[in-house]
Amino acid sequence: MTALKRIIKGGFVNFTRGGLISFAAVLVVTITLSVITFIILLQAVLVSSLDAIKDKVDVTIYMNVGAPENKILAFQNSLEKLPEVVSVSYTSAEEVLRQFRDRHADDYSTIASLDEIGVNPFGATLNIKTKEISQYESIANFLKSDNALALDSAQIINHPSYNKLVIDRLSNIISGAQKLGFLVTLVLIIISIIITFNTIRLTIFIAKEEIGVMRLVGASKMHVRGPFMIEGVIYGVIATLATLIIFWPATAWLGRNMTSFLGLNVYHYYLANFFQIFAIILLSGILLCVISSFWAVRRYLNK
Amino acid sequence: MSIVGHSGAGKTTLARMILAEDAPTDGTVFFESINVHKLKNKDLTKLRRRIGVVFQDFKLLPNKTAYENIAFAMEAVGKTDEEIASDVPHVLELVDLGHRLRHFPRQLSGGEQQRLAIARAIINQPELIIADEPTGNLDPINTHEIVQILKKINDLGTTVILTTHNRGVIDSVGKRVVTLEKGKVIRDSKDGKYVI
Repeated sequence: MTALKRIIKGGFVNFTRGGLISFAAVLVVTITLSVITFIILLQAVLVSSLDAIKDKVDVTIYMNVGAPENKILAFQNSLEKLPEVVSVSYTSAEEVLRQFRDRHADDYSTIASLDEIGVNPFGATLNIKTKEISQYESIANFLKSDNALALDSAQIINHPSYNKLVIDRLSNIISGAQKLGFLVTLVLIIISIIITFNTIRLTIFIAKEEIGVMRLVGASKMHVRGPFMIEGVIYGVIATLATLIIFWPATAWLGRNMTSFLGLNVYHYYLANFFQIFAIILLSGILLCVISSFWAVRRYLNK
Repeated sequence: MSIVGHSGAGKTTLARMILAEDAPTDGTVFFESINVHKLKNKDLTKLRRRIGVVFQDFKLLPNKTAYENIAFAMEAVGKTDEEIASDVPHVLELVDLGHRLRHFPRQLSGGEQQRLAIARAIINQPELIIADEPTGNLDPINTHEIVQILKKINDLGTTVILTTHNRGVIDSVGKRVVTLEKGKVIRDSKDGKYVI
């Protein structure tokens, strides 16, 4: 217990007496944690944008005019049981007609033609959304398959509306964006870790003679290494607080001015996920600094 | 005993080999009956606690005060806070640094730094003190003071190995003198005179 108390005290003393070196280390760790926070927010914006795009993609099944509602609802029920399907929404023929009239309210000739017919020319529709954009093809295939036909659907389905080419391209764009996002994240994190590791290595390199002297007077490895690791914890904690403080006004500005461009209110996201972000960067900061210190000291301990 | 020789004769190398900082290219180094280069890290740490070291360039911990430099050596051997609080001022008084307790090494003169290094070396009552050119960076007055302190330590029963090429120091100590040349012992005299 006394040894631990001395190690902790030693870490604090080293940090406060480190002056410019401690400041430089905290600054670099703050930059690293800012990169990590930026990546978290960037991922949130990316996911939100991709979700918005995905949400616009669906398969609509146009039913025959006069198809019995109970059969359509039974078919809807069977579609909802498919594992890929998130939701199936039913729009009655009357509702489709009303929506058509609303959409073409300014188009006199179309409305006049519709009135001339005298009856509702539209059938009901079923709108299907899947979990993944790539699953629309399998839904389309299902509609053509014997399974669907076995559900008596052939008599009620007019045609499914599904643009394979557009969906495939969208699917490729989304998957490409996700891969690019992951790659950028990985590269930025690796660069940040290397910079932080080298900065901490440099602070310990400055103390390498001191480490040698400590060993010569008979200090154990933990007695030498411990204070450097505690110093690492202090770097991590202060850098975490600095990062959170920096991102508070930064996200507030983004939330006020860039929400429509980004498709997400970053400030609301930051506040809503504050404790998760805090935990991620605190753990990253402390682990990064402590592991860097541990490895950097190790090199001089064995000499 | 004193170890003398020209620069490059191997005096410092010998001291470093006793501390297991350097390994011999040939032969074995024993401390009592222990082969120091066969020791595991943990045991080497224990061995070093039995040896006090004083260097020409002092090798103090620059970010620790005079008090903390001594306290660190005591903490290393597991002394309690009470023991540290009572012994450190006492040993600093012994080397006439009682008034410099809260000073950092950079705020001390060369002679004071060396006395602090000696205080650190003796605080845990080691069986052996290795003083490697302890007066190399000091003026004659400080040199005399350091030699007197080392003689006093030796008189109190601690073995002191003093390496130097300062004739005046050897002659004033008046103890056994081993002369090295190119890494070999070329003379071992008991009359305490510097002869090369």
